[in-house]
Amino acid sequence: MLDQLISDPTVRFVAFGTLKILVVFGVLMTFVAYAVLVERKLSALIQDRVGPNRTAPPLVLKIPVLGKLLQGWGIFQPMADGVKFFLKEDFTPDYVRKVYFWIAPAITVIPALLTIAVIPFGSRLGGEPMVIADLNVGILYTFGIVSLGVYGIVLAGWSSNSKYPFLGGIRSSAQMISYELAMGMSVVSVVLVTGDLNLGKIVEFQAAHGWLVFYQPLAFVIFLVSAFAETNRLPFDLPESESELVGGYHTEYSSMKFALFFMGEYANMIASAAMMVTLFFGGWSLPFVGAPAGTWLGGLLHIGIFLAKMIVLVLVFIWVRWMLPRFRYDQLMDLGWRRFIPLALANIVVTALVLAALKS
Amino acid sequence: MTKVVDRKPLTFYERTYLPTLLEGLKVTARHFMRSVKGGNAALQLGDGYYPEVPWQVAEGYRGAPYLVRDQDGNTKCVSCQLCEFVCPPKAIRITPPGADGVPADRPNAEKMPREFEINMLRCIFCGLCQEVCPEEAIFLQKHYSLTGLTREEMIYDKERLLQLGGVHAGIQKWKHKLEEAREQDTFPVKTD
Ligand code: SF4
Ligand code: SF4
Repeated sequence: MLDQLISDPTVRFVAFGTLKILVVFGVLMTFVAYAVLVERKLSALIQDRVGPNRTAPPLVLKIPVLGKLLQGWGIFQPMADGVKFFLKEDFTPDYVRKVYFWIAPAITVIPALLTIAVIPFGSRLGGEPMVIADLNVGILYTFGIVSLGVYGIVLAGWSSNSKYPFLGGIRSSAQMISYELAMGMSVVSVVLVTGDLNLGKIVEFQAAHGWLVFYQPLAFVIFLVSAFAETNRLPFDLPESESELVGGYHTEYSSMKFALFFMGEYANMIASAAMMVTLFFGGWSLPFVGAPAGTWLGGLLHIGIFLAKMIVLVLVFIWVRWMLPRFRYDQLMDLGWRRFIPLALANIVVTALVLAALKS
Repeated sequence: MTKVVDRKPLTFYERTYLPTLLEGLKVTARHFMRSVKGGNAALQLGDGYYPEVPWQVAEGYRGAPYLVRDQDGNTKCVSCQLCEFVCPPKAIRITPPGADGVPADRPNAEKMPREFEINMLRCIFCGLCQEVCPEEAIFLQKHYSLTGLTREEMIYDKERLLQLGGVHAGIQKWKHKLEEAREQDTFPVKTD
């Protein structure tokens, strides 16, 4: 009976699908929480400060050496932050447009979570492909979903009904338009090389032929910079710009609604890091040790490799934030429209020509 | 006379934004390495962090303003109310003794304040009271951690201000003011 159930493809699909969703969601949220901690610690170290080093649950300090060490690294800070966000007063100003004000945070988080669904975070584990949804149009899906994220920010800016969020919202839409295009076009040349829109297939291509970042360095640079702009990270955090817009689109938000924006930002960052690993750094593959693993150990190893690469990229995101000053609004537009879009177009044409020449 | 500063156009290399990136990376990496090796200021100056190890304030620091006594333990303030007048956020409130109030507790002074209150919640630690006082009776001292549970608690009265302020070197009306004026260019400005 049980055997029958397991071998039934529908049951299998539903069971494993649910399991994968739960695990990935859990891991992602942990990553988000700890990305915040890493960001705080790293920024503190870069700015000659100390960073969070006080939080510890009651009994932990009793552990001889480790307890103090963990406290010093701020390992428990994310938990304290989480509790704090839940306990804060959720304040809704009187002058906001309630409905939009309420749905905006959700609209920001959901796309970030949805993009993760198509990313192959490992090869195979016990015969199951390690991707939640193995879509044939993976890349198109990602771009479609990612662009939805901007609606959350624009809605938040507009519905807040006050000037700073409004400016933040406007900036965000302008920024998104300029960088979405460049980002999409940089990926076109990647797709030209691999000849497939399925992200899993793209990774397999790289496992066989080497990482795409070596074939398409220009596309990678454009994608990287656009990713910074898409995730509203410095040097392109114009919608937020604490120093001029008091926090931009989320100025009026508090408590869990604010936390959702915050989580959205970090989830976005992790999603685009994962995307970059998949598209340019060979996903779960290491150079010279390619092919999907048949064993459990190999499968786990592949997941580990993917996560390691992703963490490195997230660290790059974080480090850059404390390294570069914010771009001015017009510089941002200029960079997007007058530099990157032509460059990306040229890249596509050159790639196509080279590929055609190689074929004939 | 205006001086025109030449702005050289950026070279191509500079316009690629690469030198800025490298420079930024260098600076942040340097600070990062220094911090990792335990080089932050708190650890260098003391052997711990703030609440356990109090912070050492530098010379010339402007902390909370307190009233001081002279060498004989008398109130130096003569209730002239100049500080009350000059205080930008109106943190000081002085109740003068009035026509038949208590006389000053020191010779050569006509009066002293009946009550002298500084609201530390309003005070912005600007130092104008110290600067304007003709009697050297009020000084910004090095206290920086003022806490209280109620707003009333944060209004320091005369007793408290005098007690916290301590004793100051004698009555030297104008002497230090003159020195200070002469030493405008050198820092830190002498306070005693
Ligand atoms: S330091 Fe400035 S604000 Fe404070 S009491 Fe003196 S004059 Fe007023
Ligand atoms: S502290 Fe100085 S300025 Fe203020 S009332 Fe007393 S004597 Fe006058």
